[in-house]
Amino acid sequence: MTVSVAEQATQRRTEAPPRRRKRAPKSTLLTVVMLLCLVYFLLPIFWLVVSSTKSNADLFTSFGLWFSHFSLIQNLHDVFTFQNGVFGHWILNSLFYAITSGFGASALATAAGYAFAKYKFPGGTAMFAIVLGAVMIPMTALAIPTYLLFAGAGLTNTPWAVILPSLVSPFGVYLMRVYAAEAVPDSLIEAARVDGASEMRIFFQIVSRLLVPGSITVLLFTLVATWNNYFLPLIMLNSPELFPLPVGLAQWQAASAAGSGSQALFSTVITGSLVSVLPLMIAFLFLQRYWQSGLGAGAVKA
Amino acid sequence: MAVFTLMVAVPLVYAGYLSFYRKQLIGGVSFVGLENYIRALSDPSFLGGVGRMALFLIIQVPIMLGLSLLFALALDSGMLRLQRIIRLGVFLPYAIPSVVATLMWGYLYGKDFGPFAQLAKVLGLPTPDFLAGGNVLFSIMNIVTWGFVGYNMIVMYAALRSIPSELYEAARVDGAGEWRIAWSIKVPAIKGALLLTTIFSVIGSFQLFNEPNLLRVIAPVAIGQDYTPNMYAYQLSFVNQDDNYAAAIAFLLGIVIMAVSYAVQLGARRKDAA
Repeated sequence: MTVSVAEQATQRRTEAPPRRRKRAPKSTLLTVVMLLCLVYFLLPIFWLVVSSTKSNADLFTSFGLWFSHFSLIQNLHDVFTFQNGVFGHWILNSLFYAITSGFGASALATAAGYAFAKYKFPGGTAMFAIVLGAVMIPMTALAIPTYLLFAGAGLTNTPWAVILPSLVSPFGVYLMRVYAAEAVPDSLIEAARVDGASEMRIFFQIVSRLLVPGSITVLLFTLVATWNNYFLPLIMLNSPELFPLPVGLAQWQAASAAGSGSQALFSTVITGSLVSVLPLMIAFLFLQRYWQSGLGAGAVKA
Repeated sequence: MAVFTLMVAVPLVYAGYLSFYRKQLIGGVSFVGLENYIRALSDPSFLGGVGRMALFLIIQVPIMLGLSLLFALALDSGMLRLQRIIRLGVFLPYAIPSVVATLMWGYLYGKDFGPFAQLAKVLGLPTPDFLAGGNVLFSIMNIVTWGFVGYNMIVMYAALRSIPSELYEAARVDGAGEWRIAWSIKVPAIKGALLLTTIFSVIGSFQLFNEPNLLRVIAPVAIGQDYTPNMYAYQLSFVNQDDNYAAAIAFLLGIVIMAVSYAVQLGARRKDAA
């Protein structure tokens, strides 16, 4: 039931009013110009796909934008066996960090946003102002003091060091407050109170369902942000078996560019990059409706 | 709220606290007041980094947001064939981690084996050196633009979609063309989205770290360890072990970002009034 609510909400936003679509004549010129622009956006991805099929030697001898001898299978084998298969760990770590942070941040932002929107409590306005200010604080500026605090608490080089800071999403709280203010009618809360429902019960059984579309938005935001995060895990983690994909790949890349150890790693790095990019791309393809309405939600209502 | 306090407020206060102290080889930690800040304000590494990011901001952000707006308007006009494919294609780079994006562009930029260099060689042209001192900032701009045009486009596109279409009908009756509608109705109507994307871009620019830090591996001469304020703070904290000064730098950077963000907001509001 909750899914269908989300679907309806997203459909309403992504589908154009039929009238407008019918009126506009198609322009071939505009389409061609846009397709030319598209080449720019897809070229590096195309290069990545082509290059991941090449052996190390071919990478430097054949033309960069076309296929040569096909050694993708060998490259994949190398990626997953290099350094005792640490790459597999990275994939699992990335998934674990992204999913726990995503769901955690989404749940927290939903609860906080609802509280800000519907309850009056002492200091509420001031606290919300602080949240808004926090949107502007550079997260990387926070990362260093957070690292020092975590080091004091013995939390660095554990998964907690990556997950805990990712749970906080000031922008998510802001978004959920705006969303909750509109999506949850006051009369509904009043009615539930009259019926004797506790505040907890109102939130978990009624309000949380109404807020699902907004929560999914925050979930997607945090998922992508954690999956792609590099700086935070870079400073927090030392053990390669705890790395998420970006940190691991960056290390391989540095090793291959430095040319130390005389290991020719380039094809492994490139194939590893392709593998690390695929999950998110596939997710975006399948979740088109959600991310389009999701990413837009903040802007429409801001 | 507790998590929020723990993860934002506490580190912030701690950074503030740290920034007033100094660790010395002899004598341990001592309170030095604003000394770290005074040092930062005359530190060429920090000032150079901030200046570089300001230049980055002035050039890259307008280009990126302008492109995003053009694409969003083109999509919204309904005049495109293959709409879905174009929208998805422009957006796809957003799904790619900046580490991988930098890695890919790093290879493409390559002076010896990159495809652009290869093409130049075949055509008998001089090889472009994207990673030379004067060019590297623009090469980084290109990577960031490539990654984020799609994201900003979607935000603007969603805002365009929420404009009631009756407005267009009325304008057409009054004889307005598509360009006129786009400029006089659509763009003002999505001011909120434009402001939001601008502020996020400002924050993102000053925080630049991943791209230059990774390109440093292949262009160590053009990109110093203090190329951006964030890289400088990272270096201070993790290489020089000077956490106190790093905290002051991080704090100052935060203040710069907030000041510029507020200036942008004020500027937008003044334009409203005029």
